[in-house]
Amino acid sequence: MKTHLNTLYVTTQGSYLAKQGLTVQVRIDGKPRAQLPLHNLEGIVCFGRVGCSPALMGACADQGVAISFLTERGRYLASVRGASHGNVLVRRRQYRLADDPSTALDVARRIVLSKVANSRSVLLRAARDAEGAANRVAELQAAANRLSASVHELRGATSLDSIRGLEGEAATHYFGAFNALLSNAPASDTFRFTRRSRRPPLDPINALISFLYTLLLHDARSACEAVGLDPCVGFLHADRPGKPSLALDLMEELRAYVADRLAYSLINRRQVSADGFKLLDNGAIEMTDATRKAVLVAYQERKRDPLTHPFLAEKTVVGMLPHLQALLLVRWIRGDLDAYPPFLWKG
Amino acid sequence: MPYSETDLLPISALQHLLYCERQCALIHVERQWAENRETAQGNILHKKAHGGKSTTRPEGRSLRALPLRSLALGLFGVADVVQCRPGEPPVPVEYKRGRPKKNDCDRVQLCAQALCLEEMTGQPVPLGELFYGKTRRRVAVETSPGLRRVTAEAAARLHELIRDGRTPTAEPGPKCERCSLRELCLPHLGRRGSARSAFDRLLDSVVAAEEENSR
Ligand code: SF4
Repeated sequence: MKTHLNTLYVTTQGSYLAKQGLTVQVRIDGKPRAQLPLHNLEGIVCFGRVGCSPALMGACADQGVAISFLTERGRYLASVRGASHGNVLVRRRQYRLADDPSTALDVARRIVLSKVANSRSVLLRAARDAEGAANRVAELQAAANRLSASVHELRGATSLDSIRGLEGEAATHYFGAFNALLSNAPASDTFRFTRRSRRPPLDPINALISFLYTLLLHDARSACEAVGLDPCVGFLHADRPGKPSLALDLMEELRAYVADRLAYSLINRRQVSADGFKLLDNGAIEMTDATRKAVLVAYQERKRDPLTHPFLAEKTVVGMLPHLQALLLVRWIRGDLDAYPPFLWKG
Repeated sequence: MPYSETDLLPISALQHLLYCERQCALIHVERQWAENRETAQGNILHKKAHGGKSTTRPEGRSLRALPLRSLALGLFGVADVVQCRPGEPPVPVEYKRGRPKKNDCDRVQLCAQALCLEEMTGQPVPLGELFYGKTRRRVAVETSPGLRRVTAEAAARLHELIRDGRTPTAEPGPKCERCSLRELCLPHLGRRGSARSAFDRLLDSVVAAEEENSR
């Protein structure tokens, strides 16, 4: 397991990464600009036109450093992994368990339960922090109460469809209260959330959370691969060619706690601002390069926030969560645990 | 019963096996590997040993990075160095970071190399050498009948473990403190009882605690 949580994000177009001894060298216009020891790295994420030498790819594959290639705007393209990655015995069991309807239902329910419970904890934590702003507190608490009801219903749900339905409803209530998470009365309407839009994001908040989810998904995906699981065969998310269903499953329990909290605190702390977003002709919203970089830095910092893992009862940091959860998943699949315990945040 | 070439397992797995069977399964069955500073340094040391050229001097030849295998034991590997002096049996030399250990790991690994050499050359290999980086000392190791037996048993057990394909549950002990796979292994997981009921309890407490807060 990687205890080093440094991910190298390369956003400068035209950069080239090469192996220099036991380090990665970042070259821009042929000139070395940065050099990092390979064993200090957890992953490398290349945005857009970034090249990578075969020697570096080989060394990374060897040492379990994930390299991913994303478009400049953060859409996933490909990753490099080594021959030893992926373990056929673990994967066989994973497929068997995922194929068994009652097992899949059981896992999916717990994943959604933790997603909803964590969303609820995020709302309630914000309500406590918003003391004095009576309207916001009331709105946050009302939404949290709806989510409590969802938790109760989920506990009795008997089909995957009903679980997915309840998840959808809970998400609507949760995002319905998203504006109440924002503390600074915005001068303009820049940071007003109307509804979740992904493809493409139609407002800055959606652009921001979509980008954070992309980063989190990358981490969840490499965590699955690092422990030998197939990131494309999930329990809650249905299989579809090319869809990283297991990584998406793993991400559900972490979205609110890791990404959403960061999104609204970036806005509240004014670390992102209205001019950091561009409106395209088709109505889609895009982040400027500067905003994207600021978000990457903030995400890296978020990963260093300490916490005690509720199940393992061990001190860790936010960035380790995808790995720890993937490990718990593989430990359940291997038979060390009687069930997979998703992450629950004790707000 | 001799093994076939496709069944061969790495000699290096023997040291994992002797350290902890679960560790061995995590690395060689589950194919998980924790790269830490120590293993990285170990790799550098090996690179150095392997990187040098094989030399021929009047006192004999030093063969570096020599591939080895034994069908009898079902093992393959690479000897850091094999020293061949005229008129003497070949001597495998294995480089180790750190200092001599109390247990048999290093000697067994070396003995496995010696047995491979015997099988490949048809000559007896009565001696091997361990070179320790910390103490910069060479320790001669005799491939005694006892050590050969322990080595053959370890090889057989290794094949059994890999064939079985299951990871044994952890038996946490002092060895876990120094284990590079600790964070992957989570040795105390098995003792934590039911994860299912732990999750239910946790969920209850999260929901209940916050209902209180929201009052
Ligand atoms: S942590 Fe302990 S039980 Fe687990 S692999 Fe290491 S030595 Fe074995």
